[in-house]
Order: sequence, then structure tokens, then C-alpha cells
Amino acid sequence: MSQANPSANRQTLWMFGGLIALGVVAPYLVYPTFLMKLLCFALFACAFNLMLGFSGLLSFGHAAFFGGSAYITGYLCRDLGLTPELGILAGGVFGGALGAVFGWVAIRRAGIYFAMITLGLAQLVFFLALQLKFTGGEDGLQGIPRGQLLGLLDLNDNIAMYYFVFAVFMAGFALVFRTIHSPFGQILKAIRDNEARATSLGYDIDKFKLMAFIISAALAGLAGSTKAIVFQLASLSDVHWHMSGQVVLMTLLGGLGTILGPVAGAVTIIGLENVLADKVGSWVMVIMGALFVTCVLAFRRGIVGELKALLSRSSVR
Amino acid sequence: MEIFGIPVQALMGQLLLGLINGSFYAVLSLGLAIIFGLLNIINFAHGAQYMLGAFAALLGLQYLGVGYWGALLLAPVVVGVLGVVIEKTMLRHLYKLDHLYGLLLTFGLALVAEGVFKNLFGVSGESYAVPEILQGGIRVPFMYLPIYRAWVVVAALAVCLAAWYTIERTSLGATLRAATQRPDLVQALGINVPVMITATYAVGAALAGFAGVLAAPIVQVNPVMGSNLIIVVFAVVVIGGMGSILGSIVTGLGLGIIEGLTKVFYPEASAVVIFLIMVLVLLVKPAGLFGKQA
Repeated sequence: MSQANPSANRQTLWMFGGLIALGVVAPYLVYPTFLMKLLCFALFACAFNLMLGFSGLLSFGHAAFFGGSAYITGYLCRDLGLTPELGILAGGVFGGALGAVFGWVAIRRAGIYFAMITLGLAQLVFFLALQLKFTGGEDGLQGIPRGQLLGLLDLNDNIAMYYFVFAVFMAGFALVFRTIHSPFGQILKAIRDNEARATSLGYDIDKFKLMAFIISAALAGLAGSTKAIVFQLASLSDVHWHMSGQVVLMTLLGGLGTILGPVAGAVTIIGLENVLADKVGSWVMVIMGALFVTCVLAFRRGIVGELKALLSRSSVR
Repeated sequence: MEIFGIPVQALMGQLLLGLINGSFYAVLSLGLAIIFGLLNIINFAHGAQYMLGAFAALLGLQYLGVGYWGALLLAPVVVGVLGVVIEKTMLRHLYKLDHLYGLLLTFGLALVAEGVFKNLFGVSGESYAVPEILQGGIRVPFMYLPIYRAWVVVAALAVCLAAWYTIERTSLGATLRAATQRPDLVQALGINVPVMITATYAVGAALAGFAGVLAAPIVQVNPVMGSNLIIVVFAVVVIGGMGSILGSIVTGLGLGIIEGLTKVFYPEASAVVIFLIMVLVLLVKPAGLFGKQA
């Protein structure tokens, strides 16, 4: 659709150009470690948005993919000595495979049952991470080596690591963008907006939902794996349901079903956490909860959604 | 005496523990089902309301001198009133939207409640004394039965049966069931449905508060006691389906007992057995054991 529309094409070009320009100069303006955390969560939220924003499926178990893949990558890179790019790739594949299993079970029910089922399945993964031998129990996996990218680039250098993370993020972001604007993405939106109509048009909706779930889970896994390499750590908090809740909040706050919303949401939440952590300490959880309530009651379009509405109103005038 | 190589005493002990956990699953999933029936939302704050009930009992004792029996009556009222406020000021505005927003809102509320209590009381928790007349225990064949634990099972079952009777056998319950099916028609018959919805949410929340008071003497009263439990209760609800009140009660008790037995025979799996059963049930009967396919 948008491919045929020159103004939409130009917008897309501007968006990607702007993101890349921002990403290239950012490490010279902001602390790179913070940026890397931000990018990992932004990718995680974009992956999640593909489900909730574009397919209407609320998964309350995305921490399982994020954290599960972090463990897999950590184990492969630290204990089996895989290179970081292979470790991250394996994490993405693991996320997708786990997503296929979750989806196969959960898609049998819709709506809030779907949310509760994914939450239960993720709790299963949480207990596995707690009890299995290779995950290190309460300690998690510590000291995961960053290693050499393709044997050439030393990722212990923060700037090199940053650009690698940025490349992973852009690839994931582009994949989400492409998916949404493909015929496949159009059908997902049709299912979101009117499931009965999509069924009657002959689409096998369960198959489309499952595909969306797998892509989303694979990208969430990719984000988790990258995070494990950056922070050299995979821990129980990555698979905890708080993490699943946090990604919902990022997506909701940024704007459900908008391309840039999850990025804006991740920037806001991670930035807020960073600023608040020193000032209010443990009250962060209360603030996150209050943000949740505010978003649901009064700010359902999210940051990007509200901006869009504002722009279209002013352009009409 | 042994069964399958397990001493009967250990087996009975775990069965009792399972029965107690099952009682809590039953009361909590019943509350969820009642709220879901009329409001069409999943009350994520249910665990927080259970925790609030326990804290209301604890704080009532420490600061106001309200004893166990007073707390058993007052804590549900406190939690219920809080429920009225939540429904009137927040949930009410979401009924026209996708049901998922109700889940998200109550999730946020649960985070706020848990966070506030974590800051005020830490995570380690405090213990609440068993009331005097329920202290001690009796010897029954094969085991020593602490009286308080027996009381918990009896009280939980009594509340469940009372709820079942009210909903299925009284005229108030008939109106409630009618409003679940067709709120518009019930409203047209002159019944104030919005008030009914508020009351239903308050009663569901109060049930969770009641369970919290019951639990206070046997668990550590701490801010995360609810969130750990509520995820399991969600799985119980998925397994049972929310179509039938008796179904919720039976599923809750049954799963508690299965969990207890798993602790005896294969302790490593006891934390996950309910989630595994959830997967199995979904594969065989997606609507749940007592549910109707939505």
C-alpha cells in the first residue's frame, strides 16, 4: 500500500534516515552503556508491539523469550565459547522456537484467557530458569564474555559494542516495519480489527496469529540475547513477570500500534528509571504502576499516538 | 505404614497442605469468576487485594487492637470499600473498551499496592499469631492435625458454598446471572445495573481480602504474597474455565491436592505442576474443564 504512495515513501525515508543519524551521533552525546540498554528494550518493545499493537494479542509472557534467550546466549558464549554473533543468532532462534510452542498452546484461547495462559507459560520458564543446572539459579549467569565480533572487532570497547547493538536494533526495527507493511501485516491488522470478518474471507487466522507470535518472540529473544552480551549477565529478573509487565507499559505509553511508539515508550521508561533510581529508589515500582493506570485511563493513544492526532488536527486547520 | 514407599504421615501432611492451598485457590478463583461474569474483566489486583486483607488484619492488631475475629469481619469490608472506590473512579470508564484494558489497569493497581507495601514494610514479612481457641491440634489416624489448618479449610469451603448458594439459588443471584447475560434487559426491568456492578466488584475484592485474613496466621504476611499466588490462580481459572461457580471450587481444591501430592512424589515439579496441567487441559479441552467455549 504505502509503497505506491510517494509522500508515505518520503516519510519512511525521513524516519529511517533520522533514526540512523540519531543513532550514529548518540554515543558522543550520551553515555553508551545507557544507550545500549535503551536500544535493547526498544527492540523488545517493538517486538511486543507487533503482537499487541498490530495483531491485538496481549501476551503477558514476553519475559520468557527475552530472558530465556538471554540465558541461552549466555550459556553458549560463556560455557561453550561461541562467538557473540552466533550466540545472539542462536538466542533469536531459541526465542522463535519457544514462541512457536507458546503460540501453539495459547492461541487456542482468545482475549484475556490468552493473556493468562502466556503468563502461566512464562512462569513455567521462570521456574525452569530457577531450577535448571546451567542457569545458575539465584545468581544467574554472570561474566558472559563480550568477545570478538566475527573475530575482528573487540566488543569490550564500548563504542564498538554500541554500534553493533545499534545495527541489531535497526535490523529488528526494519523487520518489524517490513512485516507491518507487507500483505501479511495487513491481514494481521484485519484479524485485530474484525476476527470474524477475516475468518469469513477465508484466512486461517490461527496460522497468522502463530506466525506473528513467532516473529515477535524471535525478536524479543534477539533483544534479550543482545542485552546478555552487553551487560554480560542473564538473571532471573529477565524472565520475571515484572519484565513482561514492563514491556507492556513501554508499548502502551509510547503508543499501541504505532511504528515509533515502542521506541518512544522504551526511551521514556528506561530514562525515567535512570533518573528516578537515585532519587526515589524503591518507589520506582509504585511510579510504574501509577503510569500504567494513567495510561489506561487517560492516555490510551500513547505519546506517538497523541502526537499523530495533534499533527493531523493542525494539518486540517 | 507406607504407600508407594512414602510414609503415610508425610503423605497425609502434604495432602493437608494441598487441601489448604486448594482452599485458597478456590476462594480466589471464585472471586475472579464472579467479577469476570459481570464486569468482563480479569482482576489482576486480586492478589494485591488478598495481600491487603492480610495486612489489614496485621495492622489492625498492631495499631487498633482488633483481634482475629474482628479482622475476619472488618478486613474484607476495608478491601471491599477500596474495591468500590476503584470501580467507581476507574474501572467504570473502561467497560466500553476492549476487555484487555481492565486487565492492564488492575495490573497497574497491583504494582502500586505491592510497591507501597514493599516500601513501608520491606519484603521479609511479619507473622501473625494463630488466635487462641484455634491453637494446638488433635491426633487423628496417621497424623497430627493443627486445628487452625482444619479451620481454614472449613471456613474457605463455607464461604465458597455460601457464594454458590447465593448465586445459584436466591433471587438476588438470579438477577445477577441475568445481568451477566443481558445487562441491558435487566436494566430495562428497573434494576440498577451500575450499582450491581459496583457491588459485585466489591464482593469479589472482599472475598480476596477474606482469604488474606485466613492466610495471615499460616504464611508470612508480606507484600509479595499476593502476586506469587495470583499467577497460579490464573492458571487454575484457565484450567477450570470461568463458566461455573462449582467448577471453580472443585478445580481449586483438586489442583491444590495434586500440587500437594507432587510435593511428596516429585518435589522438583511442585512449583510447575499446575502450569503443566494447564497446558495439558488446553491441548485436550481448550475451553477448560467446566468452561463454555467463548
